[in-house]
Order: sequence, then C-alpha cells, then structure tokens
Amino acid sequence: MLKTLLSVCLVVVSWVLDAQAGAVEEATILYLKQVEVLQPVLSNMEEIPLDKGLAGARLAIVDANTTGRFLNQHYTLKEMVFDANTSPDIVVDVIRNTSISFVILDLPSKTLEAVIRAGITDRLMFNVGSSDNHFRDALCQSNLLHTLPSRAMITDALTQYLVKKRWVDWFIIEGSKSVDRLYSESLLKSAKKFGAKIVEHRTWDGGRDARRTAQAEVPRLTQSVDYDVLMVADEWGDFGEYLMYRTWDPRPVAGTQGLYASGWYWTVEQWGAAQLQRRFTRLSTRRMGARDYAAWAAMRSISEAAMRTNSLDYAKISNYIQSDQFELAAYKGRKLSYRSWSGQLRQPIPVTSARSLVSQSPQEGYLHRVSELDTLGFDKSEVRCQRN
Amino acid sequence: MILNKVLTTFLLIAVQSGQLLFAATAYVSNEKDNTISLIDTDRMEVVDTIPVGQRPRGIALSRDQKLIYICASDDDTIQIFDIQQKKIVGDLPSGADPETFALHPDGRHLYIANEDDNLVTIVDVANSKVVAQIDVGVEPEGMAVSPDGRWAVNTSETTNMVHWIDAKTFELVDNTLVDQRPRHVIFEPDSKLLWASSEIGGTVSIIDTDSKLITKKIGFLIKGIHRDRVQPVGMVLDHTGKYAYVALGPANHVAVVDRKTYEVVKYILVGRRVWHMAFTPDNRYLMTTNGVSGDVTVIDIEKQKAVKSIKVGRYPWGITILP
Repeated sequence: MLKTLLSVCLVVVSWVLDAQAGAVEEATILYLKQVEVLQPVLSNMEEIPLDKGLAGARLAIVDANTTGRFLNQHYTLKEMVFDANTSPDIVVDVIRNTSISFVILDLPSKTLEAVIRAGITDRLMFNVGSSDNHFRDALCQSNLLHTLPSRAMITDALTQYLVKKRWVDWFIIEGSKSVDRLYSESLLKSAKKFGAKIVEHRTWDGGRDARRTAQAEVPRLTQSVDYDVLMVADEWGDFGEYLMYRTWDPRPVAGTQGLYASGWYWTVEQWGAAQLQRRFTRLSTRRMGARDYAAWAAMRSISEAAMRTNSLDYAKISNYIQSDQFELAAYKGRKLSYRSWSGQLRQPIPVTSARSLVSQSPQEGYLHRVSELDTLGFDKSEVRCQRN
Repeated sequence: MILNKVLTTFLLIAVQSGQLLFAATAYVSNEKDNTISLIDTDRMEVVDTIPVGQRPRGIALSRDQKLIYICASDDDTIQIFDIQQKKIVGDLPSGADPETFALHPDGRHLYIANEDDNLVTIVDVANSKVVAQIDVGVEPEGMAVSPDGRWAVNTSETTNMVHWIDAKTFELVDNTLVDQRPRHVIFEPDSKLLWASSEIGGTVSIIDTDSKLITKKIGFLIKGIHRDRVQPVGMVLDHTGKYAYVALGPANHVAVVDRKTYEVVKYILVGRRVWHMAFTPDNRYLMTTNGVSGDVTVIDIEKQKAVKSIKVGRYPWGITILP
C-alpha cells in the first residue's frame, strides 16, 4: 500500500518536473554575416556600421522574447561573423553542419550564390544581404526567402513615383563598379515597365576627386541634353552626392542618391514606425537601415509563425510562413507576406530624400489583380526559376 | 411691482443663457500641436484652444467630471486638466510614453499603456501613487476596464495579443491572440464581451470574457477602397445596445456594425485617417477625430450621415465630451 502510494507520489513529482522542463520551448536562430570588401569611395562622410543587419536581428530577438513569455517560447540568436576573404565553401559547410534550422544570411552575392548552389535542405534561410535580381528570378531555392527588397523593387518604387510626377525623360550617369551596372540595368527595366525614357546614358569615369572638381565637371557633363531628371547609379556613394545642385540646367537628382528608394530609412515614421526607430536607436545607438530592417523582418517572420502555430517546429513554421495565412504587420501600413514564386517579401518601399520621406510606393493607380505590392519587383510571369 | 416682474424675467433669461453657456463641450487632443481644442457641441464650433504637454493623445474625464486626464506622451506624464479653471493643475506618474489609459469604475485606478517600455502602469489617482506595473507584450496600446470592474485589458501592437489583467490582484492571468496590430478595446456594458480592433489585420474580434476566446471576427469591405487600407482603430458602442461604430483609419470611413448579427449595416464617409470617436450627451451626434485632415467630423446618428466638419489643431487624436 505504502509502496503504491510512494510510486504514485513519484509519478506526480516527475510529471510536475516534466511540465516545468517542457514548459519553455527553445529556438535558436543562426545569423551568418560576411563582412564586405570595402570599396574606397570619395564620399567618406558616413561610416558603415559593423553591426549593419545584425542590430536588426538583435532587436527582433528582444521583441520575440517579450512575446514569447506569454507562449512559453524562447529565442536565442547565435552570431557568426566571417571576414571578407573567407572562402564561400567555409560558410556553406557551417550551414550544412549546423543543427540549427533557422538561418539568416547576411552575405555578399558571391557567397550567397555558393550557398544556393550547395542545395542544402531542411533549413529555412533568409537572405538579408543581397539585393541582386537574379536570386529572385533566375536562381531560386524553395527554402530561401528574401526580406531585403530586390534591386528591381527598389528601382520600380522610384520609377513609379517619377512617372507619376511625369519626370519621364532620364539622363543616366553610371559609376564604374559592377553593382552600379546592376543598378542601371534594373533602372532600364523599370523605365520600360512604367514608361520612362532614357535620353542620355553616360559613365562617370571617376579619375579625379569629385569633391573638388564637381563644380566644374558636372555642368559640362550635363550640358546640352534635354531631360527631366538626372538618374545616378552609384551604390557605394562614390560621386553621386556631388551631382546635386551642379547640373547645367536646374534638374533634380534621383537614383542611388538625391531622391532614392530603400527598404528602410530613418525618415520613415508613419504606421507606428517611429516606435520601431526609437527602439532600434535605443538598442544600437544608431539609425536603422534597410539591412537592419530586413534582418528584423526575417526574425519577426519566424516568431510570428511560431506564435500562430504555437510551435517552434521547423516544418510547421516553414510551411506557415509560406502559406496564404501568413501576414506580418511591419510598420509599413500594409500586411506583408512572401511571394510564392520567388520567396521575396512583398512590401511597400519608402522613397526618400536625405532628411524627409517623400513618398511610399506602390503609388496609387498602379493596379494589380492580386496585390498592388506585386507591381514592385518580379511578378509571377517574369520569374524563370522554379522554387517548388 | 413692475420692477419685480422685470427682474424675474431678467433672471429667467440669465438662467437660460447660463444653461447655454454650460452646453456640452468636446475636448480634442491635437497630437502634433500640443494643444486641446474645446468644441461647443450645440454650436459645433471650436470655442477655445488650450496648450498642454507634448504629444497629447489619450484623453478621459474623471469620475466626478471635474477633471480631464491627458496622456502627454513625450513628457512621460499624465496631465490633470481642471475643467473649471481651464488649465493644467497637476500631473500623475505614468511611466514612460503613455499613449492611452482607462479608468476603473471605482474612479481611482487609472490603467496606463506605456508604449516604449512594454508595461501597463496602474496609478491611484487619489494619491498620485503607482500601485503596480505589469509586463505586457511589445508596444502596449489599447486599454479598457470591464464595467463590472473585474478585468483590465491591454492590447500589444507587435505581440498581437489582448492581455487580461485581474483588476483585484493586478496580475496578468491570460492572453488572447488576435489579428495583426491590435489597437482599441472596449467592453459591452454587461462585461460579457470584448471588442478588439486589429489595424493591419483589418478585423474586429469579439472575445468572450469568460473563456477569453474569440467568438466572432468582423471583416470590412468598402467598394473602391483596397482592403489593406481598411484599418479599424477606435470603436464606440451606442446607448441603445444596437450598434457599434468602428473607425477605419485611412479608409476614411466609420463602419456601423449591428451588435446582434455583427453585420456591417453602413459605411459613413468622414475626414482623413479617422482615429477615435465620442457621442454627444444627447446621443444625437457622433464626433470623430481625423488625424490627417486635422478636423472633427460630426455624424448625425439618426440620419447615419456626416453633417459637419470642424477644423481643429494638427493631428487630432483623442476625444472626450463633458455633458
């Protein structure tokens, strides 16, 4: 009798312990960052923060754990930073060998491509580092999502605004770096899509110090062309800042400088964004940028799916994020979700100047049969790759 | 004798005009002007504009109707406005960045949502002391206390939950998951049901107080307006028990919802980005604050139609009406 009672007692005790131990579900998110090879640029006014991207994921972890308390879910961020010279194979091996199912990739395009080509399954991966179009329309992977907008989304967002203003005759000045070429190619596509015209296309040869010579050179470069807006393709910020106020005719500058589109910028304050900006600045003592936002959105997508499915199970979360039910409130005034054909997070794109938000695309009037957000970037019919 | 009669008449007139003077007044907080606008609800005109603290949002009457509490969000305080003296006479400790609050039926305990700190602060207004602070989800926003005094509820915009706080023990006892970005909450008079609006989700959830489960979800559809722009925020329930009015933010409409069937019976066009609402004491009019257009729309309840718009300060947010 006593024995029976005792064992009942023991069973009860161990059940209580089990309940407590099993009470909190744990998930780890692996953040892989490879530092970029910094390009020497003339405009050296702004420092590139070392925690670019990472800081957004750190904030999202804090938010996720605040929410997680009510659901007995807990998140940990594991950060790994690789230097610029690290071979892509090493990064691939880390992903292949880790037991962590959720991986945020803040990698240069070359390394990201190696990761995709490795064909690793059983991981849910988020690209927050590369805006290259070909990861959205040519080289896809079913378990890879993109929270950073593609270049196509960026140039479409800007183009929609300019076309709406009827500033449709463009004079393009392109820098000498390979990303400048990618940007200008994307601009050309956007121009074709929405009806802008390229009246002149020149390259900035970049031999001299634009900071000292722009006043003399830019008027000459822009003389005797009839155009509405000077479009600059200079992603690293080498010379673009020095075109403004120096054109022969009084013309606005847009593109990568002047008026530009970005996934996120500190001028965004509507839809509660001021709260996110404030939380970010408090945590990381700087302003939030597009890559920080992309990392934040990736982490938030995971925690949102975990909350809705009440689970931290990889398969459940992965399926839910890519289902029709998934929606994310992310301070852009619309619910965000992922495009099934490219894995790209559909989202409104701010169009901003240095100190004030000018607009947010999609612009009113650009209609789409499913979602106006799909007027930015590649729609289903434009995508060549198969994700599933 | 004649003089006497004249005097009486004079007195009568004085009393009548006195009543006119004490017509109901609507108090509107202007978030981007740091002022409140006073609107005479008989004439439907702004009669005064009074400077208050920084970024005034939530605004509510005290139980005795002598004071108005104003969330001065960027001053991290709740200001106490004396209606008679028409000035700020003090403040309450509120915790950081108070956005909205709700007063317990006991008239003493004020529940305040601290947006930046993920907290709900409870203040005893009688002695200006903080009674308790409760951890809630990310970006606490809406607050309501059940008319029976048992529950205080708070919504957290990023956690997407309604948090249930026991108003006796000040403990968080349950959470209800709702659609994206919950904003406003309001109890039915019998305390049995709670209405919760989700701005980005575009829905209003009806939650059963006993089970804390969602029993009904209301969606909105306005012809010619994309559903993503239909964003429910403020809500009020009418005195007849028949209708709820739901402000739909950038859709610039107020939805009239049948409280039995939960069907939307009408959409009323108002100003741009409609936030919050209040009924006039005679229940003839509903007044809405419209953030972007900077005005207040007056809706005739019987006609279910907007009849007037009144220019106020920049970004009007909250509204409360003194009978």
